[in-house]
Amino acid sequence: MNYTFIALVENKPGVLNRVASLFRRRNFNIESLAVGRTEDSKVSRMTVVVDCPNGDMDAHKIEANLYKLVNVIDVQDVTHQPSVTRDLALIKIKVGPEKRAEVNGLAEIFRAHIVDVAADSVIVEITGTEDKIEGMIELLRPLGIVEMVRTGQVAMTRGVNDGVRRVPGVTGNRYEDLDDLAEMGP
Amino acid sequence: MKKTGAEIMWECVVREGVEVVFGYPGGANMPIYDAMLSYPIHHVLVRHEQGGAHMADGYARASGKVGMAMGTSGPGATNLVTGIATAMMDSVPVVFVTGQVAAHLIGGDAFQEVDVTGITLPITKHNYLVTRADEIAEVVREAFYIARSGRPGPVLIDICKNAQVEQCEFVYPETVKLPGYQPVDHAPKDSLEHAVKLIEKAQRPIILCGHGVLMSKAEEALINFAVKTQTPVASTLLGLGAFPASHELSLGMMGMHGEVHTNMAIQNSDLILAFGMRFDDRVTGTLKTYAPHAKKIHVEIDPSEVHKNVAADVPLVGDLKTVLSDLIPLVDEYDHEEWKKQINEWKSEADSRSIMNWTDDGKLYVPHLIADIWKATGGGAIVTTDVGQHQMWTAQYYQLDKPNRWLTSGGAGTMGFGLPAAIGAWFADKSQEVWAVAGDGGFQMTAAELTTAVQEGANVKVAIMNNSFLGMVRQWQEFFFEKRYSAVNMLSPDFVKLAEAHGVPARRVTRREEVDEAIAWARSIQGPTVIEFKVEQEEAVYPMVPAGAALDQMLQRPTKS
Repeated sequence: MNYTFIALVENKPGVLNRVASLFRRRNFNIESLAVGRTEDSKVSRMTVVVDCPNGDMDAHKIEANLYKLVNVIDVQDVTHQPSVTRDLALIKIKVGPEKRAEVNGLAEIFRAHIVDVAADSVIVEITGTEDKIEGMIELLRPLGIVEMVRTGQVAMTRGVNDGVRRVPGVTGNRYEDLDDLAEMGP
Repeated sequence: MKKTGAEIMWECVVREGVEVVFGYPGGANMPIYDAMLSYPIHHVLVRHEQGGAHMADGYARASGKVGMAMGTSGPGATNLVTGIATAMMDSVPVVFVTGQVAAHLIGGDAFQEVDVTGITLPITKHNYLVTRADEIAEVVREAFYIARSGRPGPVLIDICKNAQVEQCEFVYPETVKLPGYQPVDHAPKDSLEHAVKLIEKAQRPIILCGHGVLMSKAEEALINFAVKTQTPVASTLLGLGAFPASHELSLGMMGMHGEVHTNMAIQNSDLILAFGMRFDDRVTGTLKTYAPHAKKIHVEIDPSEVHKNVAADVPLVGDLKTVLSDLIPLVDEYDHEEWKKQINEWKSEADSRSIMNWTDDGKLYVPHLIADIWKATGGGAIVTTDVGQHQMWTAQYYQLDKPNRWLTSGGAGTMGFGLPAAIGAWFADKSQEVWAVAGDGGFQMTAAELTTAVQEGANVKVAIMNNSFLGMVRQWQEFFFEKRYSAVNMLSPDFVKLAEAHGVPARRVTRREEVDEAIAWARSIQGPTVIEFKVEQEEAVYPMVPAGAALDQMLQRPTKS
């Protein structure tokens, strides 16, 4: 099944490559990977969705291996935690004026938006869980999808809950403590 | 005070305690070489960067310090790659510094430009591309800290030429700031208590001693733990020497070419205490039937090794020495008499087949030669090997009582490791006797380093076990490919003349009665020597667990008719 991890990493050149290379080297299949800045300019946040055929055992391997990367600060598994997950898709549909209303109707149901209208096409923007986006795509497909782009999933746990940190010995350093940490001597 | 990037690099390197560097200059690291002249660094000019990498590796393994090797950009750096991978697989702390083309040329396929950080990403613990002089101090400081702490390993610093010559203010960073890198020392208390409960229940416990024991300097703690609980100690290939071979609790080497009684003990144990080892396929045989009755306590500093191959009932993530020191006061004393008796029965059965019992037939067998070298050196030399049959025989018959004298490429299995590693080890302690045992194949991969040994006066004794075959591949072809020998017959040069051409005194030994005298001759000479032993061509290493077989399904040496 798919597991969702949140990794906080140092915002430095090449870190994305290190993470991607690790997944390739350890033979894990990335379903989706989204990277972006956080409220702290020194920290980037990755949401990685990975196929884990061996369940928690694989999840442990992924977490432990991510920690081997010097630039990885924190890893949480949010698969089984109450969390908000979102994906964003832009979908271009080949429709003329006669069918715009139909697209508009569908978009309203899905709380999607039409963000561009051209003579013979429209772009729909939809945000939501994977399921919701898949649902809309299925309905739009008969109208003629000509182009689609998706951001990949991002996730955030609800309330004060953290994800699971199952690597023994690693305390799961929260990045707020960044300045307190790692004042290490020789 | 303003300094060039190259000067800053040496300022930091010297502060890390580096005294000797193995390397090769070229276009992209000339400023580093120029600045080096002003610092108390002994530079060893190698003949090939791979040799330099293995020398730094051998130096690190023998000294317990961080080794350092250098190369220029492009091919200089790619030649280091095999040595970097070797250090990575065996967790050896080495810092590699490579020159890189100027930052503004990167990505343009400039002369001798290669994406070295890209190439070495999966074979280093960490690596850096430095494009500015003001990054160098922090990076060098971090590199040495990362290389030697936690689970040690190689770190590479790729320094652009402009960063070497640019000037900036030099401030030595007193601390290292690495928010994502914090190796743990202590295992949690509840896990320790859980481990103690398993130890209490165990009737047939066994300790698996790995390279981590040496890396953590936990040899004494291991002896204390083993003696207190009367638990027999088996060793991985790289763990040899961590526990005295002559100790009554020592079972010797486990695994594919391990002792019969050792593998039997593992398969029949009810508790495995894995100390600083990673259940490599060469020590487990097939995982499906591995130690089926045993609970597993895995003490390991790298969390990613826990549950990787063998699921642990109690993982104790931390520094081995610290964890053992925490654990020893918590465990009771045991005697395990019955279990030790059982192991001894397996041992005496296996010993009867030993090649060491063979009567002298005038021919040269590698196990006998290793035992001869062992006797002559009192078992106290630093011994390096290449990879293959001679490596396994040396592991079996050069019985080590002391740590950090056994230098072999275990995880990577790198041919050509022996001679350069021996040269590096000699720099770690020049009063030590160093023997490099090599096969005819592996020796030829890095033989050019003989000249390096001469130039440096390295007191290294090379023993080439020449069977005119790539012996281990031949053995597999004999056992598993119906003796269809493919590409294993090896023509070698006249090793005596080759050595002499390098300025190295050399001898050839073809008969049993010449052996002791030749070893004594080599030991009497100050400086490198070579002895070529013309050994039996088609001997096989026993016991052997065929790849993919269960650990107790060993092929044993046929009894001699």
